[in-house]
Amino acid sequence: MSITDQTVTECRELAARYPQARSALLPMLHLVQSQEGIVNKAGIELCAEVLQLSTAEVNAVATFYTMYRRTSKGGEHHIGVCINTLCGLLGGDAIYEALSNRLGVGSLETTSDGAFTLERLECMAACTHAPVMTVDWEFFDQMTIASAMDTIDDLIAGVAVTPSRGPAVRGWRAAERTVAGLDDGLANEGGGADELMLAGLNRAKELGQTAPGKVN
Amino acid sequence: MHLTPVITKHWDEPDSFTLAGYKRHGGYTAAAAALKQAPDDVIATLKESGLRGRGGAGFPTGMKWGFVPQNDGKPHYLVINGDESEPGACKDIPILLANPHSLVEGIIITCWAIRANHAFIYIRGEVPHPIRRIAQAVEEARAAGLIGKNVMGSGMDLDIVVHGGAGAYICGEETALLDSLEGRRGQPRLKPPFPALAGLYASPTVVNNVETICSVPYIIKNGVDWYRQMGTEKSPGFKVWAVAGHVNRPGIFEAPLGITMRELLEHAGGMRDNRKVKFWLPGGSSVPMLLEEHLDIPLTYEDMVAAGTMLGTGTPMVFDETTSVVKAITRWLEFYKHESCGKCTPCREGTYWITGTLEKFQDGRGDAAEIDGLVELCDQILGRSFCALGDAAATPYPGALKYFRNEFEDAQTRPVDDAFDPSATMIIPSLSEVGV
Repeated sequence: MSITDQTVTECRELAARYPQARSALLPMLHLVQSQEGIVNKAGIELCAEVLQLSTAEVNAVATFYTMYRRTSKGGEHHIGVCINTLCGLLGGDAIYEALSNRLGVGSLETTSDGAFTLERLECMAACTHAPVMTVDWEFFDQMTIASAMDTIDDLIAGVAVTPSRGPAVRGWRAAERTVAGLDDGLANEGGGADELMLAGLNRAKELGQTAPGKVN
Repeated sequence: MHLTPVITKHWDEPDSFTLAGYKRHGGYTAAAAALKQAPDDVIATLKESGLRGRGGAGFPTGMKWGFVPQNDGKPHYLVINGDESEPGACKDIPILLANPHSLVEGIIITCWAIRANHAFIYIRGEVPHPIRRIAQAVEEARAAGLIGKNVMGSGMDLDIVVHGGAGAYICGEETALLDSLEGRRGQPRLKPPFPALAGLYASPTVVNNVETICSVPYIIKNGVDWYRQMGTEKSPGFKVWAVAGHVNRPGIFEAPLGITMRELLEHAGGMRDNRKVKFWLPGGSSVPMLLEEHLDIPLTYEDMVAAGTMLGTGTPMVFDETTSVVKAITRWLEFYKHESCGKCTPCREGTYWITGTLEKFQDGRGDAAEIDGLVELCDQILGRSFCALGDAAATPYPGALKYFRNEFEDAQTRPVDDAFDPSATMIIPSLSEVGV
């Protein structure tokens, strides 16, 4: 996949969503990255052309944000492990170490076959679900070393891999397209709240506790 | 204190995140009611409710709305801060997954009050599924005529745009978020002018947290008196708490402000293996830690300040006695170092200095003089940085030293992984147990 006429059209559509077109720059960078696997010269030039900016202005933005790859293409799947204090100390450090050994790469590096890019992640806003791992930015909650290894096995075997909360993973580039703001029709996947999100509601029902009055 | 499910009340229904699921329980009736009132009356209601911003600072929401100048001939904007990235904060993402329509309805009410025709929902880029859910909610609302032209016959036009970020904690700072939303590097702006006067595209803008705006429909629907039955005079209402760490049943718990950590711990099934609480943080890594002796202090904005910390995001992280304070603090400082935007010197350089020094302690090579030297360094950062990220980075170490000086002294000669077996801190089998 690379940048096509459709990419150009979609970039213009993103720009048209905002009162000022430049607001679409971050989504557009995600989109060109989903096409090229990297924010490269072609992607920078496309964004600059659509938004009437210089390539230097676009580069300045692209280099600021950690989700944009600027030096090498990302792998087919992005594997993230939260190593911030809570996830890291509760098990994320060990999961990361196991995955790093297994894949033979360090953070932000890609396996030689282009299958996996590994990344040490800062807090993923899922501390209740620690230790947290992500595949193509979907939540894999309450992971263990064994379940992390099994996930990699399944990805290698081409078995459908479904996260704890979200749709089956489809590759990193597809996720980048979703983050760019292009509908993938998968919002209903993954169902309702999980047991951890329901911990308080279930407990309240068990104890017969409610908010006062007739709140809906 | 009782649990009071409001925002979370129907999350056990499998379609809680859909328009049908939301409307089944009176969804969008609050917006319909608000749009029949004068906008200033809606602002007055929010002021009377005492709702305070749930993003961490606790600023009164109604007052913030009231700062927006009216009849100024400029477009007004509402920007929702869904950049939830603070270590420990994990309450907005669940709301976006399970109850996104409460945010859409809150946006309709807020835009009516501040007279805005355009709202933006800025979600951190690393979470595609919450982005899908809120984007679908917006589209469902659009298709149902709940947003768009002449909303509910009110004469108000309203458009909502869902916007994904690209990996930068600093974009949770409201002015950095605005620069990012304008397609620039996410670096904070000098204040004043505040966003209420010159925000997005230099126009009057209200920036509110996800949970804050999700609370609004319930306040409108049930009234100020109902809302104030919960919480305290200065910290009224309900709150979505996220309890994480060495507890038996971590998760989301909705209860009034003023509940204690001891009560939340009980709801969360207590500490694993009946261990003792060593330290806990009420709301994110940017607030100073507390001890077991603080478990009975009400979790309110005012009581947490009195206890020497802050309520922050109201997402407590709890650690037991297997945890190295030095290691926990070092990891948080590595985060601030990674996330410092580089705009101002105290934060850019200071986070490197603190982190480098703490890493020496972590390795058992701490220098005695630096135990107090780091406090001075933090003093040089606190209040001298461009934005609150620098202040936040200067907070964990002095807070930890206050209670655990001995651990930093021990770390002059003994690596923390020797003193605290990492596998004991873990809640999963270790590498050696798994045989990897």
